[in-house]
Amino acid sequence: MTKCTVQFKIYRYDPDKDEAPYMQDISVELEASDKKLLDALIRLRAKDDSMSFRRSCREGVCGSDAMNINGKNGLACLTDVDSIEQPITLRPLPGLPVIRDLIVDMTQFFKQYHSIKPYLVNNDTPPERERLQSPEDREELNGLYECILCACCSTSCPSFWWNPDKFVGPAGLLAAYRFLADTRDQDTNARLDNLEDPYRLFRCHSIMNCVDVCPKGLNPTRAIGKIKDMMVRRAV
Amino acid sequence: MNVAKRTFDAVIVGAGGAGLRAALQLSESGLKTAVLTKVFPTRSHTVAAQGGVAASLGNSTEDNWHWHMYDTVKGSDWLGDQDAIEFMCKKANEVVVELEHYGMPFDRTDNGKIYQRPFGGHSMNYGQAPVMRSCAAADRTGHAMLHALYQRNVRANTQFFVEWMALDLIRDADGDVLGVTAMEMETGEVSIFHAKATIFATGGAGRIYYSSTNAFINTGDGVGMAARAGIPLEDMEFWQFHPTGVAGAGVLITEGVRGEGGILRNSSGERFMERYAPNLKDLASRDVVSRAMTTEINEGRGAGPDKDHVLLDITHLSPDTIMKRLPGIREIAIQFAGVDPIKAPIPVVPTCHYQMGGIPTNYKGQVVVPKDGNSNSPVAGFYAAGECACASVHGANRLGTNSLLDLLVFGKSAGETVVEDFKSGQLKLKPLPADAADVSLARLARLDGQANGESVFDVGLEMRRTMQKHAGVFRFDNLLKEGVQKIGEVAERAKRTQIADKSKVWNVARMEALELDNLIEVARATMVSAEARKESRGAHVRDDAPDTAENPNGRDDENWLKHTLWYSEGNRLDYKAVNLKPLSDDVEPIALATRTY
Repeated sequence: MTKCTVQFKIYRYDPDKDEAPYMQDISVELEASDKKLLDALIRLRAKDDSMSFRRSCREGVCGSDAMNINGKNGLACLTDVDSIEQPITLRPLPGLPVIRDLIVDMTQFFKQYHSIKPYLVNNDTPPERERLQSPEDREELNGLYECILCACCSTSCPSFWWNPDKFVGPAGLLAAYRFLADTRDQDTNARLDNLEDPYRLFRCHSIMNCVDVCPKGLNPTRAIGKIKDMMVRRAV
Repeated sequence: MNVAKRTFDAVIVGAGGAGLRAALQLSESGLKTAVLTKVFPTRSHTVAAQGGVAASLGNSTEDNWHWHMYDTVKGSDWLGDQDAIEFMCKKANEVVVELEHYGMPFDRTDNGKIYQRPFGGHSMNYGQAPVMRSCAAADRTGHAMLHALYQRNVRANTQFFVEWMALDLIRDADGDVLGVTAMEMETGEVSIFHAKATIFATGGAGRIYYSSTNAFINTGDGVGMAARAGIPLEDMEFWQFHPTGVAGAGVLITEGVRGEGGILRNSSGERFMERYAPNLKDLASRDVVSRAMTTEINEGRGAGPDKDHVLLDITHLSPDTIMKRLPGIREIAIQFAGVDPIKAPIPVVPTCHYQMGGIPTNYKGQVVVPKDGNSNSPVAGFYAAGECACASVHGANRLGTNSLLDLLVFGKSAGETVVEDFKSGQLKLKPLPADAADVSLARLARLDGQANGESVFDVGLEMRRTMQKHAGVFRFDNLLKEGVQKIGEVAERAKRTQIADKSKVWNVARMEALELDNLIEVARATMVSAEARKESRGAHVRDDAPDTAENPNGRDDENWLKHTLWYSEGNRLDYKAVNLKPLSDDVEPIALATRTY
C-alpha cells in the first residue's frame, strides 16, 4: 500500500463543550506502514489531538479498542483499513453510555461479568502441587478462556440492549460456562442457581450476533446452549 | 484546583501481574488497599505475554531450582544479584502452583500435570541441554495469568480505581513516601492518595524505542515518577531486544515457537544459529540470538527484497502442534505478517521488548537507595515489583519466562513485606506536606497554559527514533555520545509540549503528554547510563569493547562488575556493588565465567 487518503465519518461528543453528539467528516493521509484501522486513527490523532478512543496492545489481546466499524462491532487493531468501505463510519459500541467520542462507560458490562462469580471455587484444602486435570478435560476450556472482555459481543446483542441490567449477556455467560466446564470447580449448583431466572440466562434467543462479531472467533451462543443443557439435565 | 484526599493503608499503582499479585496479598490480609490503574486490569500488558512462566516443576524433564538459578545468573551475564535470584528460583514452584489453584488454565501433560516447554537459555545440569521449564497455557500464558489474577482479586473484593492515572510520588522532608497524586480520566479531577505504604507495579517503558513489542500504555510511569522524585534508576542501559518481532509491525512472536521446534533461517535457508551457539542453537539467550540475527542482516544474508529480516520457520511442525500449542501465533502471523506459518516462514527482526533495569529494590520488594554509606538503604513506605523494579534478577539480560515469574514472586514478596511492616506497627501514616499536590498541579497548569509549544506526537517520535538509532542492539561509542546530546535536546523540547484539547473529560492528549514526561526520564537514563558503561555485557554490546583474550565477549569484570545508578537531577551517575552472594547456604555462589551457549 502506498500513501493514500482515507475518508472517515466519526461520532464525536465531548460533554465538556458539545451540546449534542454529531458525526464528523474527516480524512487523513496514511503512510505505507499504516495497515490497520488503529494505525489510521493514531494518524488522525496526530492531526486532531481531541479525537478520543481507548487503545493499548495493538495486537488484539487487551480488548481496549472495540468500536462500531461500518455498522459492525470489532477491534480497530485487527481491522485492515483497505478491507472496509469508505467513508469508514465509526461509532462507539452501541447500547452503553458514551463518555466521550468512541469511549463508552463499561460499568454495566463489567457488573454483569462480576455477577457470575468469575473465579474458580474449590473448597478442598489446596494440595502441595497442582491439581491434576487431564488434557481432555483441559480442552473443554478452549474457546472459553480466551475472551478478552472487549464487549463486542454483548453490545451487539439486542437482548443486552433491552435488558443490560438483567440479562448477563454473551461475554458474562461465556465466562460462566468457562467455570462450569472446569473440572476443578465445585460450585456447579450455585452457578446454575445464579442463572435460573427469566432474564439472566434465558433472554438469549440465539440471534448469534455475538458469534458474528467476536474478534477472537469464540462462540458464546454455543456456551449458552451448554448452560441451558446443564439446567435441563439438573431438572430431570 | 480542588484536590480531594483519600486515605488508605496501602496504595498500589498498576494492575498488571505484579500489581494484582501484590493486591491479593494485601486484600486477603484485610488491609484497606487502593489499586490505581490507567487501564482496566485485564488490559495491562502482562496480557500479551505468550510463551510461559518458568518453574522447575520437572513435569516432563528432570529439573531443580539450582539449575534454574545457574541459568538465570549466567543469562544475566553475572550482573544479577544472586540473593534475589536464589529467592526467585526457589519460590517459583510455589507461586506457579498457587496460580493453578486460582484457576489458571495451564495446558496439561498426559498425566494431568502442568505442561512445560523448552525456552531460551534454560538448561539442565548447568548448561548441558535444553530443559522443559516453561509452564504454558498454549501461547497465551500472560492472558490466562492476568485474567486468573484479576478473577482472584474479584473474589478477594480488591478495591480498584480503574482509569486513574498516577501523576507524581509524594515524599516528605525525610524522603519517606506518603502516596501519590492521581488523575481520574473520566473527570480530569486530581486526588491525593495518602497511604502508609505505596507499591509501584507500573511495568516497563518499551515505548521509548521506535520499534517495540510493547503496548502503547508501556510508558514507564512509575519509573518516571520515581526519577522525578529523586529516586535513582538502576541498570537502565540494559534493554532486551526480543529476537522475533514481526518485521515491520513489531508484534511479538513468542520464543515458545522455537521451544516447540521453530528454526531461524537466513536468506539462503541456513540455520545460522548453529554457528553462533553450537550447543543451544535457536534456544540460546535472547541477547545472543538478537545479535546473531542483526549480524546476518548487516552482512547481507537477510531475507526479503530489502534483505532486512530473517525467517522463523515452523513449516516442518505438524499443523496439529501449531493449532494446539501456537494458535495465537498463527493468528498474529496471518494478521500482521500476512503469512500462514503452517505454509510459510514468518519474517522477524529483533524488537525492543523488556526493560531489565528500573527502580532499585531488594528481594523483599523494598525500594533501596544509597544513604549514609549504605548503598541499599530502604526508602520508608516505598515498594516496587515487576518490570518497573530492578531486584535485580535479570541483570544484563533476562531469560524468557523469567518476567512472568518475576512479577509473581516479587509482587507477592512486596505484598508480604507490606503486610509484615503493617502488622509490626512499623508503617505509619505520616502527615502530608502542605504542598503534596503542588508538583502535579503545576505540571497540569503548565500544559494547559502552554503557548507556541511542541507537539507531543513530534517530540515522542524524535525520542523513539533517537533511542532506536543511538542505543540499539549494537552500540557505538560515537553514536552514544551523540545520543546523549540529542536526547538532552529532546528532553528540553518535552518541557514545552502543548495540547490543543483542553477538555476535562477523558483527555487522551493530556494523558499522552504526561506519559511523555515519564518516557523522557527513562530515555535519558538509558542513554546516559549506556554511554558511560565502557564494556560489553549481556544486552549492552559496544564496538569499542570487543571480544579479546583478556576480556572475553568484551566483558570487563575488573572495572564494570557493578550496578549503574542514574539520578535525574543533573544526569548524575553513581554505582553500587553486585551481590555475588546467595541468600542462604543452600547454594554456593555461581562463580564468574565466560558466557557461551
